[in-house]
Amino acid sequence: MEKSRRDFLKTVGLSGTALSVVGLSVASLSATGLSAVSPSAAAPGSATTAAEGVVPEGTIPTVQGRYITSPTQLTATRWAMVIDTRRFTTKEAVAKVVNACHREHNVPNVPSAMHAVKWLWEDTFAHSFPDDPNPYLPDAVVHGNFPLLCNHCDNPPCVRVCPTGATFKQEDGIVVMDPHRCIGCRFCMAGCPYGSRSFNFRDPLPFIDDVNSAYPPRTRGVVEKCTFCPERLAAGKLPACVEASDGAILFGDLNDPESTVRQALAQNFTVRRKPTLGTGPGVYYII
Amino acid sequence: MYNAKVIIPGLIVAVAVFTAPFWLNIGSAPYEYPAVALPVAKDGIACIEPVEWMRAQHMTLLNTWRDQAVREEKRTYVASDGKEWNVSLQNTCMTCHASQAEFCDKCHLQNNVQPYCWNCHVAPKGNK
Repeated sequence: MEKSRRDFLKTVGLSGTALSVVGLSVASLSATGLSAVSPSAAAPGSATTAAEGVVPEGTIPTVQGRYITSPTQLTATRWAMVIDTRRFTTKEAVAKVVNACHREHNVPNVPSAMHAVKWLWEDTFAHSFPDDPNPYLPDAVVHGNFPLLCNHCDNPPCVRVCPTGATFKQEDGIVVMDPHRCIGCRFCMAGCPYGSRSFNFRDPLPFIDDVNSAYPPRTRGVVEKCTFCPERLAAGKLPACVEASDGAILFGDLNDPESTVRQALAQNFTVRRKPTLGTGPGVYYII
Repeated sequence: MYNAKVIIPGLIVAVAVFTAPFWLNIGSAPYEYPAVALPVAKDGIACIEPVEWMRAQHMTLLNTWRDQAVREEKRTYVASDGKEWNVSLQNTCMTCHASQAEFCDKCHLQNNVQPYCWNCHVAPKGNK
């Protein structure tokens, strides 16, 4: 079968025209709701068992919901914490606040140190304040227990390295972790000089003894850390560790001279962890 | 036509395969909307927004709730009727919708939708 160039072009042209006519007529039919394939024509009355589950198109009401800051929200321009280490002389004292935090936030108790997850933990003086400490310090200091947690830095390295914006700094100074966006790259763990971040190498659920159903646990493959309890601040409550500490941990607005933290800072000599790194930690320690 | 004895059967097979979903479903039962276990309305309130809107847009609402609560620190939702709600899946939605199996999963399984809410969030206790 021999076909000339002329015949070929004729066929192509005719086919194209026919196709576009069909396409246009289908489109106009659907637009006017007359087409048999339009879902709106099929929906009303066709479902028998769950008739109220069927809504004809175009009858869905519009809504005008708004989002506001909770009326009970505690606000500050810079949240900060002061920890009175003189009140944490025993391991039990530290364990009490650690347990309060970990129970509240469903932090798994993974036995393997390699896979451990921690929001609030304790360590020795040498590990907590490694910046060339003075020799001949009191035994109580050198052998003391220091509750450690995320420092909610002014200039947080974890935020700078996070590729997805999963961790970010709020206007009130809290460095928040949004696990929905965490891809588990662990750059933040490399960036944080305080070891405040833990990775869920394993599914955490089997390691949570009593799941607090008011707070979501995390899943395998995301990083987590202390959050300064924004969900409690929204409800008008102080962070879980502050509440459990009987006054040994203070929490307040660093920019408010009347706040408890500012008064504690004015009356006591305090130190912060690794200040030379320039991260501007928001957690102060009374030694 | 060159190779007609291969091309024409090939075309027939291709058309048959592409239209198979229509042929295979002729005579089967019509799609039935899953009967979800709706919670009992409390104080005359069916849900935070009109039920029809919730059916169509609940995923949009949940996504917005998540971002507003976690990222914007706006943890109160003022619904269209002016009522205020705590923006929380576990502490607000699931107090009424107390069964994942009878509510969420009914439609999601039937439509092969696999949201990952329950990877982290605690599924309602009504399941157990």
